[in-house]
Formats: sequence, C-alpha cells, structure tokens
Amino acid sequence: MLQTLLGITHDELDLTTLVRLVTGGDRQLPGRHGAIVTFLGTVRGENRGRRVVKLEYQAYEPLAVRAFELIAAEVADAWPDARLALHHRIGTLGPGEVSVAIVAASPHRAEGFRACRYAIERVKQIAPIWKREVFEDGETWIEGSTADPSDSAARQAAYERACR
Amino acid sequence: MQITIRLFARLRDIAGTPELERDLPEGATVEMAWQVLAGEFPAMAPYRGSLSAAVNAEYARFTRTLSDQDEVVFLPPVSGG
Repeated sequence: MLQTLLGITHDELDLTTLVRLVTGGDRQLPGRHGAIVTFLGTVRGENRGRRVVKLEYQAYEPLAVRAFELIAAEVADAWPDARLALHHRIGTLGPGEVSVAIVAASPHRAEGFRACRYAIERVKQIAPIWKREVFEDGETWIEGSTADPSDSAARQAAYERACR
Repeated sequence: MQITIRLFARLRDIAGTPELERDLPEGATVEMAWQVLAGEFPAMAPYRGSLSAAVNAEYARFTRTLSDQDEVVFLPPVSGG
C-alpha cells in the first residue's frame, strides 16, 4: 500500500489510507480541516454502447509522479489551505474497480470540492497514463489530451470546470 | 551518442517493444530522435501533431538537445483517470 501523498501503484486503492495520509499532519491541530472531499474514478462496464471486459492501464511512472507533484503545486497555488492526496492504479482493472483516488482536505468545503475537481481534470490533461479498453470483440487505446503542463489554456479550462 | 527511447500505449504496440536504443549524432534534438523512430515505423508518423515528449522523466520540448545516455519518451495523447 502506498504511503506517500502522491503515487502510482499496481495495488488496490484504499480511500481510508489516503484520508489518513492527507490529514496526517494535523496532529498539532486536530480538526484543522473542516472538510475532506473525496473522488474515486471507477471502471465503467459500458462505453459508447459496448460492454467493457477490462481496462489495461500503463503509466510512465516517474513522470506521472512528477505530474502529480505539479498538480499538487497548482492546487496549493489556487487554494493555499487545501492539501491533496492522489493515487492512480495501473495494470488490469475490471468493471467497478477503482482506478484513481483523490482526497482534498481544507478548512472549508468550497475550496475542498474545487481542489478535488481541479486535480482530476488535470490528471486527465497531463498525467502520462494510458488506458486500453478491452471489449468482447476488440480493443482500443483511448487517446485524450496532448500532455503539455505548460498549456495555460488547458490549465485555465480545468480551473473553470472546478469553480463553476 | 546512444539514447534510449521508451514507448507507451499505441506507440509501444506499433514498435512491438517498450524500449529501443539508437545511435544519434552529437547535438541531436528530441525532434531528430522522433524522425528516426517515425522513419523506422511509418505508422507512428501521424502521431506527431498530438505528441508530447519527456527527457529523463521531465517534460521536454522537441527542440531540446539530447546528451549521451539520455532517456527519451514520446507520449501519445493521455487517458488517465
């Protein structure tokens, strides 16, 4: 089980661990965070009308962790009181399994919800992670965004989605 | 000089391997490494417009000059989450 705030793992993701990691620094002031917002991304059993048998995730792990660090820094920049934990699973996942877990802790709920939403939007934009959908009768790599962390329009779009 | 090229997702499938080593002239850029790769595997060529790159686990521009033993990674459009 990952014991870092940010990471990639082949293991099953555990939300309780993320919550403990993100609030672990609260010992001096228990309850500093009045809100803990969580997000779990799970494998859909159906996509565009086809039944999904499994997803196969690959990551360029050192750069993915670097991307998560960039995202955490962007979150700290936009919502200075929010603290983020982000784990992404790779390997083969079946329908219903959790592929990504994000926890944002903050003094008040508004910035927690925003930080959490922003983080998943940025993961989808820049993290070097790929998934292949395997159907009963074929398979295909999903290709989304060109991963460019310096694309300020993409960053702004993620921010607007987080704040609307 | 020798560089390592690592591939993921569709690019890995096209090459049939996750990793290649290639000799490039001194002063070669990320773009030149891509040209070598796309020359060997023409099915990769259409990806150039949607690709990004990394060198030694940091995001990099295609104009970046490479050094001996660098690890270059070409990133097809990502789909995490």
